[in-house]
Order: sequence, then C-alpha cells, then structure tokens
Amino acid sequence: MLVDIGFWVLAVLAVASAVLVFVVDSMARATYALAVSFVAVGFALVLLQQNYVGVVTVLMMLMEMAVMAVYMVMYMGMNPALMPMSMVHGKRAALAVSGAAFVVLGAGALLVDWPVRRGVPAPDVTAALGEALMGRQMLVMVVISPVMVATIVGGVVLAAHRTRYDRFGDDLRRRPARDPQRGGVGR
Amino acid sequence: MGEAVTPGLLGSVAVAAALLAALATAAVVLDGVLGARSEGRSSRPALTRPVDEVARLLRQRRRAPLSADTLLWRIGGGGLGVAALLMVAVVPLGEWVIADLDVGVVWFNTMDVAVWALVWLTGWGANSVHSLVGGYRFLALALAYELPLMFALVAPAVGAASLDVREIAAAQGSLWFVVWMPVAFAVYCLGVVAFSVWGPFTPPAGSDVAGGVLSELSGVDRLLVQAGRYALLAAGAAFAVPMFLGGGSGPLLPGWAWVVLKSAVLLAALVWLRRRLPSARPDLVMEVGWVVLLPAVLLQDLAVAVVVAWRG
Repeated sequence: MLVDIGFWVLAVLAVASAVLVFVVDSMARATYALAVSFVAVGFALVLLQQNYVGVVTVLMMLMEMAVMAVYMVMYMGMNPALMPMSMVHGKRAALAVSGAAFVVLGAGALLVDWPVRRGVPAPDVTAALGEALMGRQMLVMVVISPVMVATIVGGVVLAAHRTRYDRFGDDLRRRPARDPQRGGVGR
Repeated sequence: MGEAVTPGLLGSVAVAAALLAALATAAVVLDGVLGARSEGRSSRPALTRPVDEVARLLRQRRRAPLSADTLLWRIGGGGLGVAALLMVAVVPLGEWVIADLDVGVVWFNTMDVAVWALVWLTGWGANSVHSLVGGYRFLALALAYELPLMFALVAPAVGAASLDVREIAAAQGSLWFVVWMPVAFAVYCLGVVAFSVWGPFTPPAGSDVAGGVLSELSGVDRLLVQAGRYALLAAGAAFAVPMFLGGGSGPLLPGWAWVVLKSAVLLAALVWLRRRLPSARPDLVMEVGWVVLLPAVLLQDLAVAVVVAWRG
C-alpha cells in the first residue's frame, strides 16, 4: 500500500517536473525541474528495491544538473531572471514526435503480454545486476575504457588552440610552462 | 523500504535533529570564543552568540533584490540544513539508527553532492553579481574536492567490504580505520570542510566578494543558510565516526555517548582549524585537488584493497 502511494507520488512528480522543463522561462528553473524529475526516477528505483542503482542515479543526476546549469547559462549568456527564455523550438514537430513516442511506449508497456516471474530474485540484486551487466563483458570493458579515455584526451588536445610549444617554448625547455592560468602546485 | 511511518520514526528524527542542532550550536559558540580570543576581546559574549544571532536575524526584515528568483533562492538556502539532517539519518548512534540503509555511504555522498546544487541556487537566486560569483566559486571548488572525497569514502567501504554504515562501524573492532587509512581520513575531513563552505573553503562566501552567496541574504533566509553550514559541518563530523573512528566502540560509556563524544571532538578540531589554514583560491585548488589529492587517495585505496585481498 505504502509502496503504491510512493510509486504514484514519484511517478506524478517525475512527469510533472519533466513537463515543467518546457513550461518555465528560466534556464536555472528548467535545469532543476529536470533534476527533480530524475531524482523522482531515482527514488522510484529505490522502490524497486534497487537501493544502490537508485541512490547512485540521484547522485549522478544532481551532479550532472549542477554542472549542466553552468554550461547552459554560459552558452546562452542569460542574465538570471531578467531575460525570460523558452526551452521549446520547432514546437509543432516536437510535440508530434514526443506525443507519438509517449503513446507508443505507453501502449507497449500496457499492452505487452508480460511474462510471469520464474524463480526468485537473487538475495543481493545489486550484485546480480552487476554480474549480468559486467560479468561476461569485463574484458571488453577493460579494453574499451582506455580507448575512451584516450579519445577524450585526444579530443581536448585537438580542440585546444594552445599546444605544448606555446607552453614550453620552441625547444620544449621552458620551465615553468607559460600558461594563461597559474596552476596550484607551482608548475 | 516501505515500512510504516510510526511515531517511533518521527521520534528518532526529532532526536537526531536535536543532537545535530546541539552539535552545530556548540560549534557556533566555540568558533565565537576562538574568534574573540584571537582578537583579544572578552569571550563572554560568544557564549550567548547562537541565541543572540537567532534573535537578531529573526527580527531582521527579510529583503529580496529586484527580480530575484525567490523560489530557487529559498530552496537553496533552506535545503542545506535538510541535507545535513539527511546525512545524519544513516549515522548509527550505537545500535540505533534512523534509516538502516544498505547503501548508507552512497547516500551520504548523494547528500554532499546535493549541496552543489543548493549552494549554487543560493548564489543564483539572489539575482546579484556578488552572490552569483560566490555560487560559481563553490562549483569550481566542488569540482576540485568532490572526486578526492568520493575516493576517500571508498577506502572504509573497501576495508569493511560493505556500503552499510553500521557494518563499516562494526568492522573496526580491533583497529580504527583512521589508523591505517590516514590519507583517506584527511581528505575526507577536507571534503567536509569544503561542503560546509568553511575554513579554507570560504571563498564562495568570502569578504572579497561582499559575502558571496551570503551577500543578499537577510533575516530568516540568512539564518537558515548560516545554520545549514554549521549543521553540514556537524553532520560531516558525525559521519566520520562510524567511517573512520570506530563508531560507538569505547570503554565505560554506552555506544551512543561515544558517537556523540567523538563527533564533538572532531567537530571542535574542524572549527579550530578554520583559523589555522589559509583560504583556498578556487582557480588554484583545482590542480591541487586533481594532481595531489586524487592520486594520494587512490594510492590509499590501492593499499586498502591490497590489505583486504591479502587478509582474504
């Protein structure tokens, strides 16, 4: 009973705050409305007794939205509260696409012939989930991770307009490096 | 999850809130006494400082700048104390705990990340330049301290092979984690000081930006933010007890008394440190956090993992 009430409260909160993202006229409000929506989804996961996944979802989403607000404001150059803005562009097409997607997904969830449970859940669902996601693929993950990090570093290096020659001089011998921003450890 | 909301739960929340408020009040008094001493004034007024401040701020008119986003502003300011209370909800007082969550460590981490959002919203909502600078400064510091703090929380969790705060406290029967995880403990304390906007991490509320996130706050709003900062400091000190300081273990006294005593001692140390450390410039701390603290705490985690694997 309490779980049902909790689920409905969280579900309504998640959808309502997601709608608010497109209703409010402030960048900060839109960002944090989205954060509230994600937090509600995270706590819905806790209701599914996936405590670890649920709480980590809340953690990641709060952190992500705190940083995203900064980037959104930075790129939009918006003055707090003084300049109303809209999160919606190409309203008609967007409404049609999102409405259709909602109907398809909702109909799928309601109409599909869900299988009945066989067996019982593992005693530690978090460990079971981790095993299912990562167990067989551990080698792949271990190989892909350095490649992904290298891609990020490579992307930053390619995007930065200053090279090591700007920092260390033509013979790469200048110490400390000439940086526009002084670091904190005296390099 | 899904247990009934009984008077027992409400009662325990009230007890936890009262203990947190008592610790925070003691910290205010101690900070006042230390401040008066260092300036050579009488420390008598500091003893009634919490009462005086509360009375003064409650009577002060509550102002808001033009076009302030009052909703976000007040969510940010009022949320700090709530986050602190949610942190101590997973701290066991001896045998007794409000929320026996099996992922208590992650929960604490989530609450300290929520402080990112709350402080930034406090800075943003006021629609004032100094306030906004303060909010951005906090995020800049947060990017520097948060990852070291996360990996510092990993060390006791690996040491006890659990994310349950009670099991971590129980795993320190013979040897407190602070003894063989000193780096993690130091980085953790630094993180607590940072998310309370305290000591070296006060630039978000610094006097060079006219008080930063605090600059436009007045009346009850200012009271909530200031009380929230002290409550966060107290909650961070309390959470260190089961993580590093052996939980409720100790001779003679019952478990809950040891938890309160240890929290109070660590809190006093953190309050005292405020006047001993220089303030951390947000633009320089990033490199210190990522080049010094992060590798140090990762090596600490490695050492803990090796010890745990070796012991079997």
